[in-house]
Amino acid sequence: MAVNRMFRTDPATGLVFHEPAEKLMRWNAVAAVVSLLIGGLLAIGVVLTRWQAVHLLPPDLFYQVLTAHGINMLIFWIIFFEIAVLYFASSTLLKCRLAAPKMAWLGFGLMVLGALINNYSVLRGDSSVMFTSYAPMGAHPTFYLGLILFAVGALIACFVFFGTLVVARAERTYRNSVPLVTFGAITAAIIAVFTIAAGAIILIPTFLWSVGLVEYMDSLMYKTIWWAFGHSSQQVNVSAHVAVWYAIAAIVFGAKPMSEKVSRSAFLLYIFFLQLASAHHLLTDPGLTSNWKIFNTSYAMYLAVLASMVHGLTVPGAIEVAQRKRGFTQGLFEWLRKAPWGNPVFSSMFISLIGFGFLGGISGVMMGTEQLNLIIHNTIYVPGHFHATVVIGTSLAFMGLTYFLIPVLFRRELAFPTLAKYQPYVFGLAMSGVALFLMGAGTLGVPRRHWDIGFAGNAFPYEFPGAAWLMMALAGITGLIAIVGGGMYLLITVWSVFLGKRLERPGFQHVRARDGMATAPAAGSGAVLTGHGSAGMAAPGTFVLALVFLTSFVLYYFVNWKYLSTVWPLK
Amino acid sequence: MTISYTSEKVWWKEPLERTELIWVVIALIWCLIMFFMMPYWHIYGQQNLANEAYRAKPEDFAKKTDEMIAKYKVREEGPENMKVPVVRPPAGSDVYLIARLWSWHPQLELQAGQSYRIHLMSMDWLHGFSLQPENINIQVHPGYEHVVTVTPTNPGTYSIICNEYCGVNHHTMASRLYVVK
Repeated sequence: MAVNRMFRTDPATGLVFHEPAEKLMRWNAVAAVVSLLIGGLLAIGVVLTRWQAVHLLPPDLFYQVLTAHGINMLIFWIIFFEIAVLYFASSTLLKCRLAAPKMAWLGFGLMVLGALINNYSVLRGDSSVMFTSYAPMGAHPTFYLGLILFAVGALIACFVFFGTLVVARAERTYRNSVPLVTFGAITAAIIAVFTIAAGAIILIPTFLWSVGLVEYMDSLMYKTIWWAFGHSSQQVNVSAHVAVWYAIAAIVFGAKPMSEKVSRSAFLLYIFFLQLASAHHLLTDPGLTSNWKIFNTSYAMYLAVLASMVHGLTVPGAIEVAQRKRGFTQGLFEWLRKAPWGNPVFSSMFISLIGFGFLGGISGVMMGTEQLNLIIHNTIYVPGHFHATVVIGTSLAFMGLTYFLIPVLFRRELAFPTLAKYQPYVFGLAMSGVALFLMGAGTLGVPRRHWDIGFAGNAFPYEFPGAAWLMMALAGITGLIAIVGGGMYLLITVWSVFLGKRLERPGFQHVRARDGMATAPAAGSGAVLTGHGSAGMAAPGTFVLALVFLTSFVLYYFVNWKYLSTVWPLK
Repeated sequence: MTISYTSEKVWWKEPLERTELIWVVIALIWCLIMFFMMPYWHIYGQQNLANEAYRAKPEDFAKKTDEMIAKYKVREEGPENMKVPVVRPPAGSDVYLIARLWSWHPQLELQAGQSYRIHLMSMDWLHGFSLQPENINIQVHPGYEHVVTVTPTNPGTYSIICNEYCGVNHHTMASRLYVVK
């Protein structure tokens, strides 16, 4: 069978694209953006209903819209985009042909089919079971079937990615180790494989149960295994967006990691410990011991948190080192002040980093602490947390990467450059507002996934404090602004890709294998880091920022314990 | 392009940079503090979940609840044709609370400063016990009887709402809990 060896080199960046890989990346990105569009439209219904003064939708429609919003955003948008990232990190970064393009198309087809089937089931109206679909609450069989097909497709894509790594090794398209970004993508793909395995273990029996072939689903068993799938898939996102952070630091600044050892070891910690996080969702559940909860919820001993704290330092640290080399050496923060804040690729990435760390990271550790979970579990604090992690963290990082990829991958000029300049700020800051106000409301006890916190017509209503209503209203307003920010992204990308000005670039040409595609690294690349920093540190400014982060982390952590100590004693 | 850069050395032989080394040490210490905070609270803190839970059948749990209601019922509350019994069990006793689509059964009246062994269980789907305004939140499963010993502090009228999505009338699942002197 003839192997496609058509490649093109992007003249501006030197990146190499393999013809089938390019097409797959484009189609996966398009499917991702379509999912984002659907999820975004549904977000309007969610936001305007939970803002009690508007209270737009009736309850059945609200729960239906909320289910579809969660699945389209959290699964379809993010995973389609991640598959594009996997192909980019393997084929493009390793200058290698994509292994088995036909299998990759099969995977893509299954994912699209699965997404359509799942959306159909929710549209039917009898599958408003939320993203989590906790048994014994049951959905229509097509709900599970859609997810299973999607997961199988994603699994095929992961193996195409691994196959490409094997091809790259065999055809010697790179020297030494794979680049750090590819290493991060490998982390994401490995976690994805055991995530999908957990998904299969729970979704297949649940599907059989929904068609009547399995008699009984135990709720605790379901929840435990489901979250090995549900939470771990969020860890895939973390690994993927951290890899994107490193990629953008390299793209915009030419930044190299301060030390490969630290950054790569941090990725290894993700592989070893992230899977334990299923426990985060089981901390107030019966039937599991505290020993089990403490060990698992803390990823052994917070070793995955350690990894994120390391990336939180090494990514801006790498940028600082690169900027200092360029001569921005004044004081602690000249490198940051003189960063290209008008470039949406950079600003998206930096807001993503700060939002993920300060809002998403810290709140995540609070919720994942066994006892603190008692005052947070299932309140709207939880959506506040994950809108900081997967929306500001993952989605915004992906948006930043899109702005880079439109000219490089789609060979189109970026439309509406001024709009693009402001988009990360509008979206990122508004979403930070959403995250903060939801967390505030959650602290006051407002439940998540709840149609009416006014309990109108209820015999025993609870009256939430005025501050809780205010927080929900503010979350509604910032939510609408965030939707506008998301709309800006959609307008820019869709317009650029379909109507944008074509960029003339050299087309695909046949390249023979083993054509010496791996170029020798530039001499003297063993980075000498000192000499531009101060106090013997290559990145003193970043270190100060990290200490600010740690201080807020420690303070907020103990504030929560203080608050816990005031509630009713429990044993 | 730097994005596809790899070092000449094998990556695990690269030297550590000082900023990173110091940060890794600080972060690791903080992670260990957070880890040991949880067992510490089990020993010295007041708010912990016990590990006491039993597999149980919904019928048996409902039977025990009815027996408790028959013994300790003090009054009924709510509008006509949807009266809910209010029970006042003795301090230290076993108290049963049913979660079901879409109500809590029965309502409890407890004494401030006294401890009660509250048994929580669902009759059907997952529910969420959410005590407001204390903001204590506990997951309630069908088939698992979860025993939680609580000690109410201040007298007053509290609410129990459901905070685990349980279908289209989830938001109507609210009840009361009274704490008296």
